[in-house]
Amino acid sequence: MALAEKTAIDLGTMPEEAAALAEIRAMVQPCIQCGTCTGSCPNEFAMDLTPRHMWRLVLLGLAEEVLASRTFSLCSACYMCTLRCPRGLPLTEAIGRLKQLAARRHLPHLRSGDLFYRNFIASVRRHGRVREMEFMGLYFAQMMNPWLPLRYAGMGGRLMRRGKVALQLPSRGSGRLVKLFEKVAEMENRS
Amino acid sequence: MKYLYYPGCSLEGTAREYDISTRAFMTAMGADLAEIEGWTCCGASAAEAVSELLTLVLPARNLALAEGMAPAGRDILVPCSACYLNLRRVEEKARVSHALKERINEALAVEDLVYHGRTRTRHLLDVVSRDLGAAGIARRVVRPLSGIRVAPYYGCQCLRPYTVFDDPEAPRSMEPLIAAAGADLHAWTMGGRCCGASHMNTKMEVGLKLVGAILEAARGADVVVTVCPMCQMNLDAYQRQVARQTGVDSTMTILYLPQLLGLAIGLSPEDLRLDLNLALTGAFLEKLERTATAA
Repeated sequence: MALAEKTAIDLGTMPEEAAALAEIRAMVQPCIQCGTCTGSCPNEFAMDLTPRHMWRLVLLGLAEEVLASRTFSLCSACYMCTLRCPRGLPLTEAIGRLKQLAARRHLPHLRSGDLFYRNFIASVRRHGRVREMEFMGLYFAQMMNPWLPLRYAGMGGRLMRRGKVALQLPSRGSGRLVKLFEKVAEMENRS
Repeated sequence: MKYLYYPGCSLEGTAREYDISTRAFMTAMGADLAEIEGWTCCGASAAEAVSELLTLVLPARNLALAEGMAPAGRDILVPCSACYLNLRRVEEKARVSHALKERINEALAVEDLVYHGRTRTRHLLDVVSRDLGAAGIARRVVRPLSGIRVAPYYGCQCLRPYTVFDDPEAPRSMEPLIAAAGADLHAWTMGGRCCGASHMNTKMEVGLKLVGAILEAARGADVVVTVCPMCQMNLDAYQRQVARQTGVDSTMTILYLPQLLGLAIGLSPEDLRLDLNLALTGAFLEKLERTATAA
């Protein structure tokens, strides 16, 4: 299925998405639209929707508009909105759920975060502990932007000179956590 | 003072000096750290972007291992704020939901592990400020860091969402420690502001803005002190890019808290691996040199 088609799927036709969305809505149901979240967010300057606006769309069930935005992907989990929300809502956690929903769709406009987190987790699955250079290498390769690694070259060089990182070729690893990952996937598909 | 110790992945790689200086400082202060045997990644900030269950099961695996090592219970010391939050989150959630604990244990069963909910995860700053305490550290200071002005940077996840040992908006727990070390405080309001976390990898322009604002506010200090490998990396490694963007020189020494306190109690820069930090300014080293001759 083409990516464009995949992203256009109506939420109602995918029961597991609809269920996840219903859960997120329930988490923010008492929102009074005061905007404290927006005022507290350090990344708001880079967002297309303000956090307050995004929560309103979630409550209205306009998931496609939410997922088409960059707002939730710009959350750096500082928990300031969660701390200050006068309704005591778990906003950062709800954003995590939105990230998970989006991750299952592999949305093109969120590609960098999608590839970064997927390669990170894949490295953990293979090795048990993350191998920083291996997963960054795979991330750069899959981003297919020849300029991107250059932005990190100076820092990478300084890290290597200090022996903090070494070039790592991707390897299969011990598969230490594969069984656990498979079990988690099985449980998530079941529910 | 016995602790189980969870270093986390960064402390084996890009944050090695945090691991080395934490062990050196804590040991010198009389604490005993036992590394959790067979620990694996806590999921960092990546698991939450992928799967809710994985976000809980990855840290829970380590908590179960910790319980196996100390069935009667012993605090788990964690220097990384992201690891700390991930481990702590499982404790907090499992305490109030038996169903969730059962779900976690269903997954852990494939590794023959059980999480009972008897662990207590604590951040390094919590342990240093409340178990060692400023007075306890002051008694051990042999090289007062006089004339060195320190900006305490706390970051986010050791403060929020779980309020355990400090004010989550206006943190101050490092101030008595800085005073105990004989150093001066750079008073600022950026201590609990976000550094952008992994934005530096996925949305660099956003990360540079946040880091730029923190470095700008730190001007006038000799050193910024951190308690998280991600904060450290963001503040330490991208100073040139920040300067290129703002046109202002933002060179600043960034040290981990146990490195700073370690110096004050007489550990050497070699013991604390200051050579592994990416940005050490000449001005800072000069001032440090002066404290050595004075002591």
